[in-house]
Amino acid sequence: MSASQDELSFRNAIREAIDEELAADSDVIFFGEDVAEAGGVFAVTPGLRDKYGDERVFDTPISELALSSAAFGSAVAGLRPIVEIMFADFLFLAMDSLVNQSAKYWYLSNEQKSIPLVVRSAVGGGIGFGPIHSQVPISWFLGVPGLKIIAPSTANDAKRLLKAAIRDENPVLFFEHKALYATTEVREELTGQEILGKARIVREGSDITLVSCMKGVADCLEAARLLSEIGISAEVLDLRSLRPMDNEMIQSSFSKTKSLLVVEEGPITGGWAGEVISIANEVNNDGMKLWRIATEDRPIPFSPALENEFYPSATTIFESVRERHAR
Amino acid sequence: MDTLKANLELFEKMVLIRTFEETVQSLFQKGAIVGTTHLYSGQEAVATGFASALQPQDLVAATYRGHGHALATGVTPQSLMDEMLGRLTGVCGGRSGSMNVIDLEHRLIGCFGIIGGSIGAATGAAIALARRNGVAIAYFGDGAINQAYFYECLNFAAVRKLPVIFVCENNLYGEYTPWEDVTAGQIRARAEALEVKSETIDGNDVWAVQKAALASFDYARNGNGPVFIEALTYRFVGHSRSDPGKYRKPGELDAWKLRDPLIIARKRLVDEFSFSPQEVDAAEAGVKKRMEEVREQSLKAPSPGLKKLGSEFMELKRTGGGGA
Repeated sequence: MSASQDELSFRNAIREAIDEELAADSDVIFFGEDVAEAGGVFAVTPGLRDKYGDERVFDTPISELALSSAAFGSAVAGLRPIVEIMFADFLFLAMDSLVNQSAKYWYLSNEQKSIPLVVRSAVGGGIGFGPIHSQVPISWFLGVPGLKIIAPSTANDAKRLLKAAIRDENPVLFFEHKALYATTEVREELTGQEILGKARIVREGSDITLVSCMKGVADCLEAARLLSEIGISAEVLDLRSLRPMDNEMIQSSFSKTKSLLVVEEGPITGGWAGEVISIANEVNNDGMKLWRIATEDRPIPFSPALENEFYPSATTIFESVRERHAR
Repeated sequence: MDTLKANLELFEKMVLIRTFEETVQSLFQKGAIVGTTHLYSGQEAVATGFASALQPQDLVAATYRGHGHALATGVTPQSLMDEMLGRLTGVCGGRSGSMNVIDLEHRLIGCFGIIGGSIGAATGAAIALARRNGVAIAYFGDGAINQAYFYECLNFAAVRKLPVIFVCENNLYGEYTPWEDVTAGQIRARAEALEVKSETIDGNDVWAVQKAALASFDYARNGNGPVFIEALTYRFVGHSRSDPGKYRKPGELDAWKLRDPLIIARKRLVDEFSFSPQEVDAAEAGVKKRMEEVREQSLKAPSPGLKKLGSEFMELKRTGGGGA
């Protein structure tokens, strides 16, 4: 059997991506709780410490704020850290470091330095972990300029996206759905340059677009199969990147099918599904007028010359309404 | 460098910081600087003493009360004053303002607007600096020792034996509240409980600070792990621009003003380092004159145009991750 035909599990895809990037660049380091000696509570990272040594792969205290901020500081000083926050529910303890330090540094420093940081974290339910070890906190971070959010649905894509995340110059939250770790695929040869921020159509259809990420993509594919049996042709769109979101692909698919359902594992209020609906709404809304004014996706600048133009104002509201209603 | 000249330069640096802060205050009162400011007046000896022991490869993390640390580390007064005014020529192009200055060219990895943030940043920087014989230093106030950052990072740095110096500037008040009202036990005892090498020093005598700094940098640079310093000092102004400091105990400010780091330095320059009072006066006048020039130039500096809004992300520089 050739190497390209063997099976790749989601769990091994993650480990291989970290392994290959540690091998490719001595500035890459990896740390977190129980990741080195024990190899991770989800058995994703065994053997990496023995291969690369304690200086580059190490266990940390159970201190999510310290390890996130240490990753930030190490990136400022020239390294390319990967950290594991065991369960994404623990990310809330690291908020200041992720939101105020890492995400804003590129902008705030006037582009002196970006933060090439990857935070890996396990999300999602369905395996009996209860309310504080099963959340998918994508929407908590969706409104944070300067952060990228990646959420893969398959093994090959997880490897492709994690390698791209490690090579990206910006802070990336990389979410791994626990129910996917044991899933496998026929190994694909990874070629070409992956740029974070692109969705993909995993099934073409003409009657409706189903949008999801992570485990939801497999659910949508199965639903699409069932729908085809009753004569409904469903297109399935795997977002892959929640921030930035692939507006163009969402809009082009919706333009084609004129029907769109978003499937999110998370509370309906304030969820990322609402963001997808808003993006889709910005095309083809057939005479209905429904739109948004907000600040641009950047941290708030200090200089009065910049800040004064940053916020919505009576003038921008007036101009926006006048323009739309003049049509 | 000539030791005598270096000693005079310590004094000049402290005068520079004091004069800078007085200039900021006056510009704030005139409405030329907006938002808020947190001034360092009274604490100059701490940043100046530690900065005098920095090597070129070392890195500094400070707080929102960070003008003094920035100047001591080498940020130019012009670029810093321009930043206060939100000008294009500011050290961060007008994006950061008073509280969040970053200047990597001058070893300043940041001034952190959230209390305790400098502790995490320096701890992380030390992971990288351990590879190149560097040391990171974190400045923070007495208020920060009740933050999670403090416990988590001192422990993290200690178990990893990271080359980082934690400098707690105990100025007696966390914002408006006396430190002892909201803090159990003694400050240094917390670092001692983690078996981190610790010392309490006179933070108003720049030579006492310098001595502790040299020993701390040696210890950390030689792979012994982190150091904790509690520097006793006092801020002569309110917490921020809106604080008149009504919480001070009667006579406290006056007593500390007798221990003004500039007065102590002036006396030691004359008594121990053979400078004449006239030479010290001339040095002080020279710094003040240069600051007046900085002020005038800043007020004429251009504002950032809207084209300078920039992007939330850095563009991809390296090869993407698709391939092997």
